[in-house]
Order: sequence, then C-alpha cells, then structure tokens
Amino acid sequence: MNGYLRQDGRKGVRNVILVAYLVECAHHVSRQIVTQAGGQDVQLIGFSGCYPNSYAQGLMERLCTHPNVGGVLLVSLGCEGFNRHRLEGVIRDSGRPVQTLVIQERGGTRKTTQEGIEWIRSAQAALDAVPRVPFGWTDLIVGTVCGGSDGTSGITANPAVGGAFDLLVGKGATCIFEETGELIGCEYHMANRAITPALGQALIESVHKAGRYYTTLGHGSFAPGNADGGLTTQEEKSLGAYAKSGLGPIHGLIRPGELAPAPGLYLMDVVPDGEVRFGFPNINDTSENIEMIASGAHLILFTTGRGSVVGSAISPVIKVCANPETYRRMQDDMDINAGAILEGDATLPQVAQEIVDRVWAVAGGVQSASEELGHQEFVLTYKTFEASGPSCLPLA
Amino acid sequence: MSGHAVILLHPDDNVVVACRALSAGETVDAAGVPLEVVSSVALGHKLARVSLLAGDKVRRYGSTIGSMTQDAAPGEHVHLHNLQSDYLHTYTLDSGNAYVATNGAGPQEEQS
Repeated sequence: MNGYLRQDGRKGVRNVILVAYLVECAHHVSRQIVTQAGGQDVQLIGFSGCYPNSYAQGLMERLCTHPNVGGVLLVSLGCEGFNRHRLEGVIRDSGRPVQTLVIQERGGTRKTTQEGIEWIRSAQAALDAVPRVPFGWTDLIVGTVCGGSDGTSGITANPAVGGAFDLLVGKGATCIFEETGELIGCEYHMANRAITPALGQALIESVHKAGRYYTTLGHGSFAPGNADGGLTTQEEKSLGAYAKSGLGPIHGLIRPGELAPAPGLYLMDVVPDGEVRFGFPNINDTSENIEMIASGAHLILFTTGRGSVVGSAISPVIKVCANPETYRRMQDDMDINAGAILEGDATLPQVAQEIVDRVWAVAGGVQSASEELGHQEFVLTYKTFEASGPSCLPLA
Repeated sequence: MSGHAVILLHPDDNVVVACRALSAGETVDAAGVPLEVVSSVALGHKLARVSLLAGDKVRRYGSTIGSMTQDAAPGEHVHLHNLQSDYLHTYTLDSGNAYVATNGAGPQEEQS
C-alpha cells in the first residue's frame, strides 16, 4: 500500500484538511466552514479555552502536523490567549498549506465563513499533489483505547487487541497503550516487562502518580455502566484494560504529543504532573484517542463491551466489540466481533489476526465503521506536563 | 469451547465469569467442577467458585481485584454488595439515580 509522504519523512494513511478553532468563540464559524465545504476529508478540531496552556498549544501543533493531515485552516476570534502565530508557523514550516482567518479582522461570521470555504477549495490542489510512497509496517503507529468496558472486555476484545499488538510489534510497527489510571493494580507486573530497570521504575511511578491524582479527585476511571456490565473494582477493570498491551516487552513511556523514537510498545502517561489542576486527566474516551493521535497514531483500536459509537477526527477508529450481545444490537458501529470468542465461534489468536488484517485494510484506505458513519469526535482540555526523562525512552 | 456457561480465567481464581445470562438453580460446568448457580446474573458478571469469607482476597486473571466485605457461598454473585476495591472507591448510581460510593480506599496510602 501507499502513504502520503510529508516533509518530515513521516507518512500518513489519510489526507485531510483540518479547520481548527482557537477558542470556543470561533467554533460556530469553523463548523459552518466544515459543513458548507463538505466532504469527509474536511474535519473540525479546536481548543475551547481562552486561557493559554502549553499542553494544549503543543497538542494542537502535533495534531495539525499529523501525517494524516494535508492542510489546515485556523479560525481565530482575534482576542483569545492561544498563540495562533506560533501554531501557524509550525504548520507552515511543515510544508503544509495553512491560512489563519481572524473573525474580528475579516468582518464577522458571514465573511469569515465565505473566505474559509474559498481557501479550502484553493488548498485542494496542494493536497492532491502530495506524493504517494510505499507504506510499510514500520511506518505504522497504532494506539489502543477502551471505552464502555464491561465484564467481557477483559476476556475477549482487550486480550485480542493485546494479541494483535504482539503481532504488530513483531512486524516492526509502533504500538501505544494507556491509561495509567486504568492500570492501577498492574504496575508491578508491567514493570517486569520493561526493557530496563529504570523504565520499570518509571512505569510504577506513573501509575502511582495516577493513583494519587484519582484519590485526590475522589473518582477513579470507573463509570456506573462498568458495574452494570459486571465489573466491581478499579483493579478488576485495570487488569482487563491491561490485557490490551499484549505480552511483549515494553520499550518506553511517552507523554501525550511525544513521538516514539523507535518502533516497539509504549505506555502513554496521560496523568498530569505536579499538583492536581484542571480536573480529571481525561474527561472522556475521545480525549484519550486525541492524545494518542497527537503522538502520531494513524489508527486507534477501540475496544468496547457496553457499546461505544465514537470515532475521531484525523485518524480512523476501529471498534473491537467485546460483548456478543452488544455486537448483535449495535453491529453497524462495530468492525470486529471479539464476542465470538465467548460463544466459541472464534479463538483469541484468530480474532487477533482478524484485527491485524483490518488494521492493514483501514490503513490502505478502507473506511472503518465509525468513519463510514461520519464520526469525527474531538476534544482537547487543559493539562500540565513535564517532559519525559531519559529513562522513559529507548535509544532511537 | 462452544456452549460454555462460565469461564475460569486462571487456575488460581476463586471466581468464574458468566459467558451468558445465568439463572438461579441451574448447574454449570466450572472448569470441570459442577457449580450450582445461587444468584441469577447477566453476562460478564462473577460467581463465587468456592466459599468466600469476608476479608478474603478475590482473584481474577490470577490477580487480586479486591477484598470481600461479606461471606459468599459457591455460586453466589460477587459484586458491589460483597466485594470492595483495595485502592479506590467504586461509584455507582443508586435506585434514586444518586451517586453512592461502594467501598473504602486501601493500600494507596501505604504505597505512596
């Protein structure tokens, strides 16, 4: 298969134009532009806050220069705190067409919307000219997230994704799993899989940080629907979630927006550093998807037992359904029926291989179920991170 | 493997997981040992495989998932009413749709 070659050498599996609002006040105008410009390849992202935040700035820079992105239209109200000049510079330096429309300067909603639509039409030629080059397993970055977990998630879909991760890493791909708050209780087992003792210690500390953070907030990542589905405790949910990481060695620990320096298996530390600020680390599943995409994920393997319907802007989401009853009820939204394992119709290795095959097909341009249904969820909130230390990353 | 009613995820586990909805009174095969279902449960829920006493650690995937707060007989439902986390509260919605915390924090203080 072929990918879209970007100037930094990374390759994309999609070629989308982003329309990005830089404060909630520019959201409506941006949505009007996306709706009226039309088409699946024009997608809406943005940051709602008016106060500047280096995490949000960094993630927007990563997202707007993601290999699946071919061009970006920035929409600013004009007085917000976001540093639009810096963001535009980063996008321009990446070789992508970029334009900033400041609503206050352009003369309001109608004029900005019209100019935005016209810019998207004018940018299309540059997107069509992006070179297509061979795309191999070593170019591929896959993330995994679970959402709407139940008692079947940890038996079928999560270990099946874990099996797929083992196969993908074996082929030379980069795989990322998360989230440290959902690994509480698994930290010492995980540390034994680290390629160095220092990394093992960093993995343990990242989970303990999450434990402290969630204890202060009073809630873990356990939602009422998890209990309805048969899960009782955080550590039970964690063990099920942990199965997504497969059985292989863990090569590194990255924070949102950091790029893995070499292929392998990485844990993403999603819990902010320092004192508890800005509320819950990830307010929903989409914020986890977006952080993985900011770290370069071309695709997300999303496991669900209760039945999630979400997709994502920028990178396709492949749904792996854990529960056979959910699969029958919500089949249109699902790509893989891992519940077949529970009913004796498939084995874990068979479903793992089916996931790998689907990853390759979707990377090659086949639409995932959520893509076909038009899902392009996006959310970005406030956080504070320090950079990862040297023990977290393998030598490139 | 077709037709299994419950699954034992690890030989050390003291609970099994329902592979389909189970009815009280039916006898199922729990990894070669007959187990009479005491509580009707939905798919994905846990049943005690052996007699469990308050304070016992509950094991799933061969790992501890919390501690019993009440005794449970073999075949009884193991869930929020008799199992608590050793780490964090579990929050659920009660019949009046209010948030209720099910249990208390444990080793987090010791570890940090």
